[in-house]
Parts: sequence; structure tokens; C-alpha cells
Amino acid sequence: MARIVGIDLPKDKRVEIGLTYIHGIGRDSSSKILEEVKVNPDTRVKDLTEDEISRIAAIIRSDYKVEGDLRREVTTSVRRLMDIGSYRGMRHKRGLPARGQRTKTNARTRKGPRKQVGVRKKRSLLPGQK
Amino acid sequence: MARSVAKGPYVDEKLVKKVERMERSGRKEPIKTWARRSTVIPEFVGYTFAIHNGMKFIPVYITESMVGHKLGEFAPTRTFRVHSGARAEKAPVRAPK
Repeated sequence: MARIVGIDLPKDKRVEIGLTYIHGIGRDSSSKILEEVKVNPDTRVKDLTEDEISRIAAIIRSDYKVEGDLRREVTTSVRRLMDIGSYRGMRHKRGLPARGQRTKTNARTRKGPRKQVGVRKKRSLLPGQK
Repeated sequence: MARSVAKGPYVDEKLVKKVERMERSGRKEPIKTWARRSTVIPEFVGYTFAIHNGMKFIPVYITESMVGHKLGEFAPTRTFRVHSGARAEKAPVRAPK
């Protein structure tokens, strides 16, 4: 049972991958952490010793911004952009990409599922109906 | 690509002069400008800029949190249009504020 900074514990995976279940830790930071605490990245999470777990946890707590703190930082910086009325803030408000990507097609990650738009014909204009 | 740090931020020189002149005169009225590409520097805080958006001048009051952004970011150049329908009534063609 490995709990690191909160509620994270995928136990059958390699630690290198397991750590990436923490929001704010990807493959790169994960391998750097394991390098620093001298833990073999190939060991399974369930095979970690108590000592190893606490060393990993200590490093993450001191050097990395993860989970709630990270999410809070992101939302505050987005809110700042919206509050000062900048172009990027406007794009966030409208749920459109903020970095100049095209929106004629694609951009589905920001816009969400396709919505039907366009002119609906009036019933009386449809053929075969009077 | 980001601008080289060695050069420092780009600030429109004429705009800086305008701000200084305003500072000396003690008056506070909108500073008309076309320099959308100019970075907002701390000296600009507290002034209102009338930033050109290609058609008209958008008054923008500069606050501390705007420092580091470009003036143009605060004066949208495009009108946001929606398709007709129920939502179009709620979000009409809007001239940027």
C-alpha cells in the first residue's frame, strides 16, 4: 500500500509509471525523482520498502508542486487572465483555444463534442408535407 | 519564438514619452495609441490608454496585473459572431468593450 501525497496507489505498475498517477508528475519528473532517491524505476509499486516510499514522498513534498496546490495555481493564473480582460482570458471564458490554434476545424478538446448549428428549415418548407 | 531576454522588453518609445509628458502635466486622460505591440511596463499602471483596434480606440485602464502583457491583448480586433438561433439572441454581435 503506497500512499504518496494524498490518495495515490496503483500497486502492480512499475514505480516510474505509478508516480505519474500523481497530478503534476509525468514521466520526466518521475524518472528524475527515482534517480535522485536511487530507486530502481523497474521495481513494482507493491515491492517498494517503507523507507523508499518515505524518501520519494519527501522529495515530492519539498521539490514539486502537485495535486491541489498545482490545480489551484493553474486556476488562479487562468482567472487572472480573465480578470484583466486580456485576449487569452477571453478565449478561456469562451472555451476556445487560447494560443492561436485554428478553430475552423478541430479544436475539439476545447470546444467539446460537436454541436449542431446552422439554419433549420421551417416545417412548412419541407417537401411532402402540407 | 520568444524574444531574447538580452534585449529586454519591447516598449514603444514614443508611448513612454507620452506617459512622461502626462505625468509632468499631472493630468490623467486617455492616452491615444496605435502601439499595440508595446509591452506594458510598471510606469503605465494607473493610466488609461485608448488602444486602437483597427477601427476605433478602446479605453483600457492599466492595472498592476497587466504588466508584462502587450497593449494589443486588451483591445480585441475581431467581433465575435454567433450563428442564428436561440443562443444568438442572448449573445448578439458585440462590439468589443
